[in-house]
Amino acid sequence: MTLTDFKYGDVIHRCFRCGYCKFPINWMDVNNCPAYARFRMETYSCGGRLWLTRAWLDGEIEWSDHLADILYSCTACKNCEVKCPLSFNIDILNMMVAAKGEMVERGEIPSAVKDFLENIQRQGNPYGTSRTKRGDWMEGTGIEEYQGQEFLYYVGCVGSYDTRGQQTARVLGKVLQKAGVSFGVLGNDENCDGNEVKNLGEETLFEMLAEENVAQFRGLGVQKVVTLSPHSYNAIKNDYPGFNGDFDVLHYTQLLQGLIRNGGLDVSGGYNATVTYHDPCFLGRWNEEYDAPRAVLRAIPGVRLIEMARNRNGALCCGGGGGNFYIDLLGGSEDSPARRRVREACETGANILAVACPNCLTMLEDAVKAEGLEDKLAVKDIAEIVGEACGIK
Amino acid sequence: MYELKFDESECLSCATQDCLTRCQYMDIDRDTAKAEILKIARGEDSFALHDCVTCYACEEYCPVNNHPFYLIVEKQEELDVPPLPRPLIRRGIQTGIPFRGEPVIEEVNGRALDMGAFADLMYLIQGKLFDDLPVISTDPRKMFHYFCQLMYLHYARTSVIKERLPGILQTIARHNVTEVICFHDECYGTYTSYCPAVGIDVPFKSIHFFEFLYNRLNELRDEITPVNLKVAYQRPCSSRLSSDKHHFVRDIFDLIGAEYVEREYVDENALCCGGTIQGQRREGSRKRAADVQRRNIEDMKNAGAEVCVFNCPACYTTLGRLVAQNGIRPIFMSDLCRLAIGEKPAGWR
Amino acid sequence: MDSVYQALVDIVGQEHVSNRPEELFIYSYDLGTTEPHRPDYAVTPRTTEEIQEIVRLANREKVPVVPLGGGLSLAGLAVPFKGGITLDLKRMDSILEVNEKARYALVECGVSQGQLTSYLERNYPHLTHSEPGAPPTATIAGNVAIHGQGDIAQPYGFNSDMVNGLEIVLPTGEVCKFGSCSIGSGWFTLHPLPDVGLFLGWSGTTGIITKVSIRLFPGRRIRGVGQFVVEDEELVPEIMYKLSHTQMTEDIIAFSQAIPPFASGLQHFTINIAADSEKELEFKQEMVWDDTLGEYIRSGAGGFLGFRSGLQRPQVSKTSDWRKGGGFEYVGSIMPVDTYPECYRRGREISERHEIPYTVLGRCVGTAHAMMFSWTYAFNRADPETMKQAREALHETDDLVLELGGTIWKPGLYGQKLVMERLDPNTLNLMKKIKQMLDPNGIMNPGNWEVS
Repeated sequence: MTLTDFKYGDVIHRCFRCGYCKFPINWMDVNNCPAYARFRMETYSCGGRLWLTRAWLDGEIEWSDHLADILYSCTACKNCEVKCPLSFNIDILNMMVAAKGEMVERGEIPSAVKDFLENIQRQGNPYGTSRTKRGDWMEGTGIEEYQGQEFLYYVGCVGSYDTRGQQTARVLGKVLQKAGVSFGVLGNDENCDGNEVKNLGEETLFEMLAEENVAQFRGLGVQKVVTLSPHSYNAIKNDYPGFNGDFDVLHYTQLLQGLIRNGGLDVSGGYNATVTYHDPCFLGRWNEEYDAPRAVLRAIPGVRLIEMARNRNGALCCGGGGGNFYIDLLGGSEDSPARRRVREACETGANILAVACPNCLTMLEDAVKAEGLEDKLAVKDIAEIVGEACGIK
Repeated sequence: MYELKFDESECLSCATQDCLTRCQYMDIDRDTAKAEILKIARGEDSFALHDCVTCYACEEYCPVNNHPFYLIVEKQEELDVPPLPRPLIRRGIQTGIPFRGEPVIEEVNGRALDMGAFADLMYLIQGKLFDDLPVISTDPRKMFHYFCQLMYLHYARTSVIKERLPGILQTIARHNVTEVICFHDECYGTYTSYCPAVGIDVPFKSIHFFEFLYNRLNELRDEITPVNLKVAYQRPCSSRLSSDKHHFVRDIFDLIGAEYVEREYVDENALCCGGTIQGQRREGSRKRAADVQRRNIEDMKNAGAEVCVFNCPACYTTLGRLVAQNGIRPIFMSDLCRLAIGEKPAGWR
Repeated sequence: MDSVYQALVDIVGQEHVSNRPEELFIYSYDLGTTEPHRPDYAVTPRTTEEIQEIVRLANREKVPVVPLGGGLSLAGLAVPFKGGITLDLKRMDSILEVNEKARYALVECGVSQGQLTSYLERNYPHLTHSEPGAPPTATIAGNVAIHGQGDIAQPYGFNSDMVNGLEIVLPTGEVCKFGSCSIGSGWFTLHPLPDVGLFLGWSGTTGIITKVSIRLFPGRRIRGVGQFVVEDEELVPEIMYKLSHTQMTEDIIAFSQAIPPFASGLQHFTINIAADSEKELEFKQEMVWDDTLGEYIRSGAGGFLGFRSGLQRPQVSKTSDWRKGGGFEYVGSIMPVDTYPECYRRGREISERHEIPYTVLGRCVGTAHAMMFSWTYAFNRADPETMKQAREALHETDDLVLELGGTIWKPGLYGQKLVMERLDPNTLNLMKKIKQMLDPNGIMNPGNWEVS
């Protein structure tokens, strides 16, 4: 494929490389593009990546492993789209995805990406762990299989297989039980939601996943879905309608907000901590939900909520998106976005860094360890905080 | 080619000369008023031509609909006594030039809401009130193809209005509309007052936006919850051209449970937003505009208004911030109506 | 070359050096019309000491060094014409000190305009700096190095006039300090110590700025912009003189452009006014609009378009997207204010001949001691023909500047040649001597200001 065949071939040259894509909430620094913050070479910024992509498609630069790494270092956090002042900004991430798609077509992708995608194809999750283990997190919780309850509780891959993710999935399940919510899960029958697959450029695999999931949900009569992960939330809410999948989708913080407000969930047990909240990209910038998680935290007695300077649509991505919680192209340095983020959290004086995404949870917890901040800062999912506040052990 | 239907004999036999004696910006007694309006009618210079702030009110005051305001601005152009400095006039004329391509014409074959030169306010057009209502002029890049041009009355350039308006009407007509609901009050005034006054044919029926809102609210009567707000209304200059529709303001407020506060500057005594006065050539214009705005808002405050309801986007741009800074919340009428049926307009707290 | 790569790795660490085409590609390009040239290495140093080591290495190996800040000069001043090492200085991004009493900020060379703006707004709202119109990723040091101007150029002058001190790495690797800092007395004044005229305006050919102390000015609570418009360009200089005489305003800019239509053939002024109270604001507005500009309003020659509180800082430049093309370049010049009418007319003519919608702007520098006048030419990066047209228009405009009696601001190679052709021969000779003395191996940003 050349530049003329490329779907965005007539738009990609419009980047001026003004650098706005690097900014957080104001102009305080240029470290809000996670890849640029990590490497600080122009090529890793959004503008640099766009120019590089164009040069590759135009034949000015040849494909290489390094080129592929640069493209895949984009975590799809959407900071660039939100900050870019030009009218072509709505297509920025689409361009990156299309460029990655071209690489996938040619089979010229980093090997970690290849593994990621193959694992999903075979086992329905990027880790490559057997499907038969997907429902292990539920053991001993009494959580039921979905059989027509009001909500499908969709857990996602990280929640099902990652240790910390599993803990969160369990706690959230118990919270929902305590609130008397009618819900069920898919257990071993759950398949990957495909959000990362789409952003990695594997359009065909994504379509397959979306179609299968939509068929499965519809076959079971699912109407409402509550998700653990914002990634799942994003895919099911925004992409599945294009595959005839029209469901009422909530992220769990939105459901909890309503439950707390109308008395369905009692959090009077409280949680005594100074908490700072990290906006996940797929809940925040991608879906403009900044308020529900904060409302949940504020409703819990004892929580002192303090904001980081970089918040809401200026939040710094944890670096886990675009499959990077597995592919890990942004790790290994004190400049890694996750490590920058936990340092920032510490500076607020908070002792708890609250997250609402299992990817963020793992990324930021690892970063706390790498920074040696374990005695200063703990990373908790909001579900865990709510769990404690309503007396769940 | 399009001649203003003005009859000098009406002024000669007028008992009140309301047009000039009631002017809020010039202090004129009856005898002087008669002398000056006749001078103007005869193409002579008059201080009234120099001091008129183009607030449109005299169109309403004239008891026989003899178009004193349209007459004044035509003579201002004829005698080269423009109210605004020449660069502002040129700028205004150039602003109306569409330069981003031709509009996409989709046939409506019925009634449609026309956004005119306010396509960028499409965010106001949502919710039940506007269900199934086709809208034309929705693209900000092409909206000047739908610009009614009446703004040029403030520039004493009726020549520009007459030159461009027929083309605008043709563009609208190409949508095959039978009825046009005019989002902007001034568009309505153009098609129902100005066009007949100068003999321009309008190939569709015009509906006042507030009439549309009122009727729609009646259809949704069961869904109305009283808003329980004390409201003031910013009456735009163009409303003077459709005084027969002005009652819909009160009608809507009554229907939705808004308390229309008792003000000095209300109805025929309303003050314009001052937007055009600020840049006028007349000595002291900047301060005059500020004074008009100050009096207007003090009046709202003294009457206990919590909310100021706007009709016209230009008034909103001019006054909105000032209103808010004085502790009164600005809102468009259509958004207030949305509130009444339980919807949440963006930005409303 | 391998040994150079290894030596660079030893200095800054492997993470901060690249010799790979993917990185070098980006650093080859200026955002304007300058043809790209590829460096051999891209390096992102963090400390002055690292820079010193790199420069010493470059001298040993006779490898060019090209310092890069925000890369927004749009004149190709950081394009590695002879290859070598591109030094991306943006990692040196610490604000070292803000001294309230002496009103200055000491920053490393990679600190951006936006960074200082937001830092001051948050911590010292009563202090402000002169922010240029470039995107906020532009660096303070880079802007000072090219004699830039910002939004308090009227009345305070060039940003290079606001320098209290510099730390420089010489082309031979030594570090020098200039100003009171050089005698250990803090960074509060440049004068009366010996001149630093050897490092500003030299396009990085005489050394690398690693620290700059920049003056800060009173930041008032209310800052806003008023607009005024005239049709006759001949009125612009006298209006600029009168406005600057009031001493009631900050930034004074006059502009004219073909698109959007409202601006065509007219001269719009944007006039910044700042005040700490409504009383002060109203007084200043009375002086400016009613007393000074009132005569134009009453005669009908000039129109007041209103004043709006709230300064948009920085100003987002969408010029690059006008031809949906991702690019523009402009000729900046420093001109006598009374050349405005001719600059406008001739610039319009050049633009029209090259089928580019004209865009011109004049900003008062100092108390109308001069103005920065710019002619902007947009192009479509995907269409080489438009780039060619833009390049030709730019060259013609460079010629025009000198014809009209001004001087080119931050000239690219073409403009530098024009200026050098006209330079006093003794001055030119002195420049040559200075360069030879400071940079005997000719490694500093070669290609620029090359005196034959």
